[in-house]
Amino acid sequence: MSLIDSISLPRSISLPRIDGLIQWIVPLAIIGIWQVASVTGFVPTRVLPAPSDVVLAGWKLLLSGELVRNIWVSFWRASIGFLIGGSIGFAFGLANGLSQLSARLTDTTLQMVRNVPHLALIPLVILWFGIDESAKLFLVALGVFFPIYLNTLHGIRTVDPQLIEMGRIYGMTDGELFRRVIFPGALPSIFVGIRFALGIMWLTLIVAETIAASSGLGYMAMQAREFMLIDVVVLSILIYALLGKLADSASRVLERLTLSWHPAFQKR
Amino acid sequence: MQTALRTSLPETELASRANFAPHARVVREERQDERRIQASGLPLSIRGLRKSFGDNEVLRGIDLHIPAGQFVAIVGKSGCGKSTLLRLIAGLEKIDAGSISFGQDIQPEDIRVMFQEPRLLPWARVLANVEVGLGRDRASTDAHARAEKALTEVGLADKREQWPSVLSGGQKQRVALGRALVSRPRVLAFDEPLGALDALTRISMQRLLERVWRDQGFTAILVTHDVSEAVALADRVLVIEEGRIAHDVTVNAARPRQRGSADLAGLEGSILSHLLSADDRT
Repeated sequence: MSLIDSISLPRSISLPRIDGLIQWIVPLAIIGIWQVASVTGFVPTRVLPAPSDVVLAGWKLLLSGELVRNIWVSFWRASIGFLIGGSIGFAFGLANGLSQLSARLTDTTLQMVRNVPHLALIPLVILWFGIDESAKLFLVALGVFFPIYLNTLHGIRTVDPQLIEMGRIYGMTDGELFRRVIFPGALPSIFVGIRFALGIMWLTLIVAETIAASSGLGYMAMQAREFMLIDVVVLSILIYALLGKLADSASRVLERLTLSWHPAFQKR
Repeated sequence: MQTALRTSLPETELASRANFAPHARVVREERQDERRIQASGLPLSIRGLRKSFGDNEVLRGIDLHIPAGQFVAIVGKSGCGKSTLLRLIAGLEKIDAGSISFGQDIQPEDIRVMFQEPRLLPWARVLANVEVGLGRDRASTDAHARAEKALTEVGLADKREQWPSVLSGGQKQRVALGRALVSRPRVLAFDEPLGALDALTRISMQRLLERVWRDQGFTAILVTHDVSEAVALADRVLVIEEGRIAHDVTVNAARPRQRGSADLAGLEGSILSHLLSADDRT
């Protein structure tokens, strides 16, 4: 029996209908007001270009292929860094949640490292890796590691001991106990970690690309600043917002698929 | 003849018992068939049973014989050791001294416990939760059919595909009962299983317990703080005080029992006065 059996899929995934559009009213209204303010000259275009100018800049960059290339580079860095840091964090979370020995051996060390802001390592990382890809991956992985580690650990530690006792009484082996009781019980907490980590992932990447990179969205924004291309700067910022929202939505969909048993995810 | 004595087993014993050698499995399957024909209870002999937690001696020498198929209720004030006795019988705690014997070799599936909390897996549907009760037979081909049968016995066949979170407290407890029954246990231990239910649900659950016990003939051990529940269900009520059996009361009333009848009420009153007089002495 695999994990898939124990968390079985919901019958249908409801598509967002009118309800889903409500959340977009405020962002659209802001863009509308912004456009009007720019056109009437209330906000000088030196300070903030009109949304239409930003779209135009995006269109030009799209045609030149520069936009897609930079988004792709950033997306790739974010995903690989997230995968590396996330898997290591998950592995340590599992090990320390399941084994007292492992927890006593490594938890204190990890907690000490956690208290160092990982962005403070940028000078050191540049010295180690230069402005190579590995520098960005290292920073993203480090940033993502802690929320996933902490929440996996917390999730496993807070699995109801009565359920574990029940599993043992009913003759579950250690493997079954993990698959059918401990892991599903820790999953809601693991998802909290993933969503925290996604936020940190973008934050770290922006900073790393702004300071030390020769490609990517952060680099694109810094280059544009050099040439006073304020529309491109604003465009980069908006793309970050969009990518962050996409990552968050993806984790929500995953959460709804795997936690359909949870009262919070059941349709009223 | 070697009988299965449950003496100080390490906690991991429960887990390691799941890995029996292949030949043991064959033997067990034969036994299983035989059991389905005569799913009868096991007798229980307890001798000189003691248990301490730290300096606190909870059980101070329990001697007890329960004939096969008897319904025994254990009552007492909180902290008297009644739950500890039940957990020792179910093999959930280590025995300090003494022995518990079932008269023959037993399998983990022979003894089941039902707790005050339903302890259902929230991420498994109702039927899957009942299948958990099959223990090592979970992978067998008739697992589904057996779980559905147990679910029908507790009257929840129509809820098989529900999540536990949408069930009421009484329904959850019935699923837990189905899970305990699905392996056809020969001893069923109840640790205040109805303690968290409202009065009406309690009564209908008591009727259900009595019915399945009469149908299946397992040996039932019910720990409760509700004397009227004990009197309504049990053949025999044991009163535990300070880690010893203080009173052993036989309940001779025809089944199914009429709640609130005069003789049951009289018996309830005398057991209650035992409990309360002990209170006055301290």
